[in-house]
Amino acid sequence: MTLNYQGIHDTFAAVNDARGIPSALHIAKLGRRQFMKLTGLVGGGLMLAFSLPRATAKGGPLQPNGYVRIDREGILLYAKNPEIGQGVKTSLPMILAEELDAAWRDVQVLQAPIDQAAYGTQFAGGSLSIPMNWMSLRQAGATARAMLLGAAAARWGVPAAELATEDSHVLHKASGRKLAYTELAAEAAAMPVPKADSLKLKERSQFRLLGKRITGVDNDALVRGEPLFGIDQTLPGMKIATYTKCPAIGGKVKSANLEAIKKLPGVHDAFVFEGNGDAMELLPGVAIVADNTWAAIRAKRALEVTWDESGAATDSWSAAAASAEELREQPGERVVDQGDVDAAFEGAAERVQASYRYHFVSHAQLEPMNCTARYADGAVELWAPTQTPGFSRRNIANTLGIDAAKVTVHQTRCGGGFGRRLYNDFMCEAAAIAKRAGVPVKLQWTREDDMCCDLFRAGGFHHVSGAVDGDGKVSAWRDRFVTFTNDGKRPVNGGLSARVFPAGLVPNVRYEQTALDWKTRCAAWRAPGSNVYGFVVQSFLHELAAAAGRDHLEVLLEVLGEPRWFKEGDAQALHTGRAAAVVKLAAQKAGWGRDMPPGRALGLAFYFSHGGHIAEVADVSVDAAKKVKVHKVTVAADVGQIVNLSGAENQIQGSVVDGLSTMMGLSVTFENGRAEQTNFDHYPMLRMASTPEVEAHFIDSDFMPTGLGEPALPPLAPAVCNAIFAATGQRIRTMPISEEGYSVA
Amino acid sequence: MLRLKVNGEERQLEGVDESTPLLWVLRDELGLVGTKFGCGISQCGACTVLVDGDPVRSCSYPAVSATGEITTIEGLTPASGELTPVQQAWVDLDVAQCGYCQSGQIMAAEGLLRRNPKPSDAEIDEAMAGNICRCGTYLRIRQAVKTAAKSA
Repeated sequence: MTLNYQGIHDTFAAVNDARGIPSALHIAKLGRRQFMKLTGLVGGGLMLAFSLPRATAKGGPLQPNGYVRIDREGILLYAKNPEIGQGVKTSLPMILAEELDAAWRDVQVLQAPIDQAAYGTQFAGGSLSIPMNWMSLRQAGATARAMLLGAAAARWGVPAAELATEDSHVLHKASGRKLAYTELAAEAAAMPVPKADSLKLKERSQFRLLGKRITGVDNDALVRGEPLFGIDQTLPGMKIATYTKCPAIGGKVKSANLEAIKKLPGVHDAFVFEGNGDAMELLPGVAIVADNTWAAIRAKRALEVTWDESGAATDSWSAAAASAEELREQPGERVVDQGDVDAAFEGAAERVQASYRYHFVSHAQLEPMNCTARYADGAVELWAPTQTPGFSRRNIANTLGIDAAKVTVHQTRCGGGFGRRLYNDFMCEAAAIAKRAGVPVKLQWTREDDMCCDLFRAGGFHHVSGAVDGDGKVSAWRDRFVTFTNDGKRPVNGGLSARVFPAGLVPNVRYEQTALDWKTRCAAWRAPGSNVYGFVVQSFLHELAAAAGRDHLEVLLEVLGEPRWFKEGDAQALHTGRAAAVVKLAAQKAGWGRDMPPGRALGLAFYFSHGGHIAEVADVSVDAAKKVKVHKVTVAADVGQIVNLSGAENQIQGSVVDGLSTMMGLSVTFENGRAEQTNFDHYPMLRMASTPEVEAHFIDSDFMPTGLGEPALPPLAPAVCNAIFAATGQRIRTMPISEEGYSVA
Repeated sequence: MLRLKVNGEERQLEGVDESTPLLWVLRDELGLVGTKFGCGISQCGACTVLVDGDPVRSCSYPAVSATGEITTIEGLTPASGELTPVQQAWVDLDVAQCGYCQSGQIMAAEGLLRRNPKPSDAEIDEAMAGNICRCGTYLRIRQAVKTAAKSA
């Protein structure tokens, strides 16, 4: 089984490549052997120098790698990647504990320090934490287990082959002897670290922990309100800072009432930064440093800035929509051309044309961006809720003009991510303010800062055409995509490619695209690309099925075709058999084809992203006033083996809610370069009463587990829109659907 | 001089600007950071605390108006450290994803169950309508409220 992440997270890689950030792709391309070397797991077993919170017992601890530390006091496991709500602070250590054969109740989990030498790249993105770390974590756990077995064999004078492990103990069944890992740790620490290829990993049938429902390791602290998040960090003598940027990106500070601001109660300092020329690092703006958050926010409200907008964004949604309309009949750059599209259209029995569009949206992660920073003696230390703590050091070093070795980053729990925290502009701002102010600061963005200066999920327009042949089969598909570009070259979300459905599945496919210039920053948002393409292509497939007078399920299965790997030898690629299996399972569990009352229907959609095959069936009713009630969403997923069943179900439920919330009523519109929505009063996220029942089914498979933070989101919108069509005959081609007069019941 | 009764303790604070919302007094002056900042305009509920048992949005509630008994997430657990039925249900059902909204959700749920120990689904939805969960854990939140109601 080879690992190839290119198909999973092209967009994330593309965005970060453009920023000079080492991408997940780069790491993935290193291959397993080099990756293991990076993580310090090959051969010698790196002894780590970082400070650990527990006293070292005499002769110990057993610490063969950065992940496991056992001494007389207990078993510590380190979670390497940021926790943003995707559950990896629990699921990654579960993988370690499984191969270590430690009882979960005996384990204490700590967030790992940022140490790329010990852990390789540390980030949360692309639903990659599980697939990228699955094998290395298993080996890390098995390494410690092998050393404990060796220590017990030496102490008892028996062959290691006679020993077994269970629940944090080594057992010698023949003599009835038993020793806890904690008692063996000191001796195990002296054992040679086994080579990775000598380790015997468990068979799946031997798993005791993986696949079970495990509650999150931080849950007890969370419900007590303990300080886990970035916003909760404090330092002695710390001040609170705000940073105000031009609401149209690219605007520079011409003048500001700094002297008046400095006289306000509680204000310590106020100053202007010109910015460092990199929109992903330090934009121009005005910093206010105050004694407390309220003083900082009040002063920010009193701040008057005259902006020089000569180089600022003038982006306009209405102008973009007009341009997209003009491009309906103009071919764009041809990025995919399979078969003979023109001939297939000519010979078609049915031809369908439609134009889809979707708006820009904000990440709206609930914890507003913040970062705590302390600068002293040419070095900076930061505490930050970031998805890319490892990569952030380079941005900060660049901003301050210091060596990356002088930058220390501590990862905190993140109050949501959704892609926003892949970008570390807020950390650069905090570092620069701390340096200039000469005191430790916590930079606190307001919600208005967050929505004004987000890196948005881009809107887009698709003029799609489809052909159905005389046998009722989908014979051709053309997508004329109008998207946006920040750099004049690359579409902000990566653009269409041969990996986007239905390329490779329908015999004749052509994708064209045109990228409109757009200055406002755009970037990855949960399931980049897929979160909007899913809506377009899975809705349009249903349109073609309807034009052919055929059952949607039947047509979808026909398009998927015979079971085969989309890309041979790539376990992360679409497999049409796995796809068909989830489609059939979702349809069967939802009762596809059953009679429904008037105004109520089922809608189906499938999408593959991030290695996950997901089908969803939405049960929806619509009234005469276009009030939409989603009663239930039935989800069938094949994401390989399940690591934490509770976490997996939670991600499915959350993806359905996020998908529904976004498709129902969320948009950020722009005029004169400014986002017109600045807080949640104009950004109506879904609330509890509108949440549908969610039923999740997982295909039991031996495939390597893949991530679930993203892939269950893309099928939701088309499933709901297809149900609305089935219930009413009305085809929705705009997201959010509130644009077409629909609202949440 | 600002006088508050927070989690059973009388607190006196000098030099607090009288326009300060309760949220920032709790977080910045008293170090009770379990109460969260989300939107600042009482739209998301992350800042929910109880005043005399009723949920209020502390980001938009002047501290000087908080003359009653204030309870924050830190004040729920008695000295024994044992979790309340609501907190325990949140742990047992693994409600949280990112967890950022959950202290506000828990306080809203505590407020509901104190005045209505056996709420219907519709009553739960109504009482929790002011709290956004961006991760979408509403199904588990609703279930946790019901579980807590049963076990209380």
